[in-house]
Amino acid sequence: MNHWLTILTLVPFIGGIIIAGLGAERKILVRGVALVTSLIGLGGAICLWLNFNAKSGDLQFVEKFDWVPTLGIQYFLGVDGLGALMVLLTAIVTPLAILASWNVEDRPHVFHALVLWLQAGLFGTFTALNFFHWFLFWELGLIPAFFLIKLWGGPKRSPAATQFFIYTMVGSVALLLSFLALRLATGSFDFIELAGMAKSGVLTTKLQAAFGWKNIGLIVFFGAFLGFAVKVPVIPFHTWLPAAYSEAPSPVTMLLTGVMSKMGVYGFLRILLPIFPDQIRQVLTPLLWLAVATIVLSACAAFAQKDLKRMLAYSSINHLGYCLLAMFAAVSMATGVKDAALQKAAALDGCLLQMFNHGLTASALFLFMALIEKRSGGLRGLEDFGGLRKVVPVFTGLMGIALFSSLGLPGLNGFVGEFLIFKGVFPLAPWAAAISTIGILVTAIFLLTLIQRVFCGPLNECWAKFPDLTTGERLLVLPSIALMFILGIWPQFILGAVDATMMKLVQQLTF
Amino acid sequence: MIWIVKNLWLIPALPLLAAGIIAVNKQPARKLAAGLAIGSMALGFLLSLCAFAATLGQHGEGAFRETFSFNWIQFGGQWMSIGWVLDPLTAIMLVMVTFVGMLIFIFSVGYMAHDKNFMRFFNFLALFASGMLGVVIANNLLLLFVSWEIVGLTSYLLIGFWYHKASAAAAAKKAFITTRIGDLGLLLGMVWLYAQTGTLNFYTPEHTGCLEASALAGMVSKTIFGGMMVSTAIGLLIFLGAVGKSGQVPLHVWLPDAMEGPTPVSALIHAATMVAAGVFLVARVYPLMAAGAAPVEHGAPITTALTVVTWVGAITAIFAASIAVAQNDIKRILAYSTVSQLGYMMMGLGVGGVAVGMFHLITHAFFKALLFLGSGSVIHGCHEEQDVRKMGGLKKYMPITFVVYAIGMLALAGFPLFFSGFWSKDEILHHASLWSVSKIPFYLGCTGALFTAFYMTRQMGLVFFGSYRGHEKSAHGHSSHSSESHSHDPHESPAVMTVPLIILAGFAILLGVIGTPAWPWFDAYLNGELAELQIKFSNLAESAGLMGASALIVLTGITVGWMLYGKRQRKTAAEKDVLEAAQPAIFKLLENKYFIDEIYEATVIRFNAFAAWLCDFADKWVFGGAVLLVKYFTIGSSWLYRLTDENVVNGGFDAACGSIRGSGGILSKLHSGRVQTYLRIIGVALVALIIFLIWGRKA
Repeated sequence: MNHWLTILTLVPFIGGIIIAGLGAERKILVRGVALVTSLIGLGGAICLWLNFNAKSGDLQFVEKFDWVPTLGIQYFLGVDGLGALMVLLTAIVTPLAILASWNVEDRPHVFHALVLWLQAGLFGTFTALNFFHWFLFWELGLIPAFFLIKLWGGPKRSPAATQFFIYTMVGSVALLLSFLALRLATGSFDFIELAGMAKSGVLTTKLQAAFGWKNIGLIVFFGAFLGFAVKVPVIPFHTWLPAAYSEAPSPVTMLLTGVMSKMGVYGFLRILLPIFPDQIRQVLTPLLWLAVATIVLSACAAFAQKDLKRMLAYSSINHLGYCLLAMFAAVSMATGVKDAALQKAAALDGCLLQMFNHGLTASALFLFMALIEKRSGGLRGLEDFGGLRKVVPVFTGLMGIALFSSLGLPGLNGFVGEFLIFKGVFPLAPWAAAISTIGILVTAIFLLTLIQRVFCGPLNECWAKFPDLTTGERLLVLPSIALMFILGIWPQFILGAVDATMMKLVQQLTF
Repeated sequence: MIWIVKNLWLIPALPLLAAGIIAVNKQPARKLAAGLAIGSMALGFLLSLCAFAATLGQHGEGAFRETFSFNWIQFGGQWMSIGWVLDPLTAIMLVMVTFVGMLIFIFSVGYMAHDKNFMRFFNFLALFASGMLGVVIANNLLLLFVSWEIVGLTSYLLIGFWYHKASAAAAAKKAFITTRIGDLGLLLGMVWLYAQTGTLNFYTPEHTGCLEASALAGMVSKTIFGGMMVSTAIGLLIFLGAVGKSGQVPLHVWLPDAMEGPTPVSALIHAATMVAAGVFLVARVYPLMAAGAAPVEHGAPITTALTVVTWVGAITAIFAASIAVAQNDIKRILAYSTVSQLGYMMMGLGVGGVAVGMFHLITHAFFKALLFLGSGSVIHGCHEEQDVRKMGGLKKYMPITFVVYAIGMLALAGFPLFFSGFWSKDEILHHASLWSVSKIPFYLGCTGALFTAFYMTRQMGLVFFGSYRGHEKSAHGHSSHSSESHSHDPHESPAVMTVPLIILAGFAILLGVIGTPAWPWFDAYLNGELAELQIKFSNLAESAGLMGASALIVLTGITVGWMLYGKRQRKTAAEKDVLEAAQPAIFKLLENKYFIDEIYEATVIRFNAFAAWLCDFADKWVFGGAVLLVKYFTIGSSWLYRLTDENVVNGGFDAACGSIRGSGGILSKLHSGRVQTYLRIIGVALVALIIFLIWGRKA
């Protein structure tokens, strides 16, 4: 029995404690320790990824101990392709966020400690397989994020943080109640065990027996759905997001959009799909429409934004909407669809690729936003700039690459995921796929408008001294940009590792 | 497998490599950049010739076709392979793109000599060439789509090359978005095709590709609503991509605006190659378009998809040609002419098949590149002036440019017998006259040919004949930078610009030879047959009537044009156009391009803005409003609770026990609407709930 996953989660947790103890005065040391800790995390995640057997869709690096046996609580960790990918993403984004927040002067020890605790929460969430401690980590991620927004955010940070917290809390409470109901009916908190019961159909009958009500399955499903839907977010549970993303300091937004938004999608894939396939099928059509609405409405809303961070925030919702579309389509019965299993696997593979790509691209974009804000003294309106390309050609070029990656340009990372999603969803739900293409178009419109207004046209003279990227900043954005190209040309790097897992999930969903 | 098939990828990879090296090179190394780009194209041209040679000489047993594929990505346990194909269609396009591209690259060295972003220009050009060659060799619709979008990106970057001009930035955005509307159709067509056939490879050695008989039969046998064959629906979706890229009505609006880019870009991307990619795409998926046609005795098959292609092409041809009549910007005239000629190509594909459309594509590439580069030479010579009304008499100042431009103009107008454009256009009209569905496209094509001859003569007359009218501009303001550095008279361009023009002019004449009715080599080559020189009177008599008619049309157009704009020259730049004086209303309609941009502005764009506003509004007030409602409801109910507590519950006890009032106050504080307090309560309640659930059940 190994303990790699436990150690991986403990590293940032302990790092955070050390930093918090260092005090506000030793800034350099604080930042150094934070960076080193996150780099150790990255190294660990890479080791995990390299030692992960991609041929198998089974759980690996499993740790399983009885914790509170009477209550069905076990300490149960493990990763499959999905978990390993998310751990890797977290490990990549965190050091970037720490480097991007290098110049935080206000209580840096608390700031960086919170960032590391957030990372620990994320690692824990992506590796835990028993509801009990999974939920602890899920909430552990929430609290540092709340304080990071509340204490270091923009002018309207307080309401934004409160809204963020309450929203997510409501979702969490609903989720918790649902799982308590499941526990009551089945006596288990174990995701894998519950999924097994769902596949054999026992779960619904047990729920009905325990509560004596035919529709209890749906109610329990909705509770859990709410928990994840808020996090992703699914329209109409998204109104916390633009405020939180735009008021949070940009490095924190990198974490929020890069990784925390993936917690929701992860929850869908790990918990909702395997445990509630019956219930999802019962309300499949409305769910598909929700996904389509998420894609189209958020893209249109992004087009109406005048604040760049809000615009990118809505764009983030839009991108995760494609994941929702893929996941819901993958649950459909797919009667009469040729190679249905293959299409579902394509959609789900695309979904995973999209998660990783979005994490990479969106965090890079908010990193660029951090650099813009640093130069402009906090200004970030669509109309505040103009013609910047003339003075900052390198900045424009690199941010342009990230924007085009977000727009789904083939050759960069965003495209393959979206293609696979459409490839898989179209045969399963043609109309949903067709309408969703509007989202792709509108995304192109607002991102190109961004480029046009900020970087092209005549130079706005007050920015004539806008400094271009320094060498250090170039090195900071380089890894993301390089990965965008690599994943655009060689997506097999990720697909190869997750395909077996997703095929297993498809099997799980087929009965 | 012959080596060239295996190594076909080198042709797009070379310019890509060049682009990469230029991009990472930090020193201002102009010569290196230009040298790399031109060298990669020259090498690509040689390889293309090898590929072309390989496709020759397999006559009688169908067209040469070899493919190469490799595994790219894996999903659902299956590999998806992509790769490339060498067949006559690929080979002829490769030769054309590399050759024309190389000449335009060379021309650009002269044209862009003074631009400070010279290196970036060649970087983008090389990247473009790479994408375009990728489109050409792709044996897989996904790979084609990827290259197609890269081409779109470089088009965007190059249209907006002078990004500091607001108009260029707007035009670039418009081009990208308009073509992307079409691309969405292509994307949907692609995923649908994938779902139907299980592969996106066009051809495979085992004949399981999506354009091969077994796959097509499967799609023909299925129908969707309205009895439309699935193959037709997919074909039309893919055609939508071609409509966007090739500037067909109604998505043509971006192409004239694209002239904001440097002129070599207009020549390469927006005349010779990229815009023709749409035509190429239709030619590539022609088996899909033609699937399910009733057997016909002779001539091209007739299907719903091909009928749509024909009509769109014919309407575009006449529509754009008529607009070109009333334009005054030398590049815009050519741009509308390009739109119109692309319409002819589409029409050719629809009525006559691949060879007919492709022949015009190839000849057009040469003479339109020639015309654009010629216009570049003119603009360069006239100190960045683009208004034909302010030119005139350039024959005297720019003799070489005049001669080659005249050749290009005659080729485009379709001057009989000696020019390539005549033969390729004649073949389209010939097939259109035989089309059994309707004769209207034929008449539209003939009218378009008349317009073409007319507007090109008008342009020639205004630019090269009469006397130079450019001096006037100094009277009313001058573009500041050119006034000091240049003399006011126009000047001939340097050899680096004129030599490519002369070479292109040669091809504008000679290329006609390969597609005459007497020796239809081109048609035979694409179909893998042996072309024989067949000077039979039956053959000639069949075509002679139409050829005579088409010659007559062209000559009429040229004569009328010459009467109005050549013989009788305008005196000043400000003078009204002859047509404007005669028919002000019609001229205004044409000059404003039928107000299509304004109509889009008032409908599509306004709708888009409205949708954005609506979504934003809904976000703030509907979804956000619901949240607010919940918030106020919570606060309100806690206030109510508090009031009840204080006045009703506590009120009863007041007299009896004063101390309870205090505790009531404490209780009311809990319901103060403060979030933290609620959370605390929720937390406590949860713990209580857990305890209850666990212990309560045990007990």
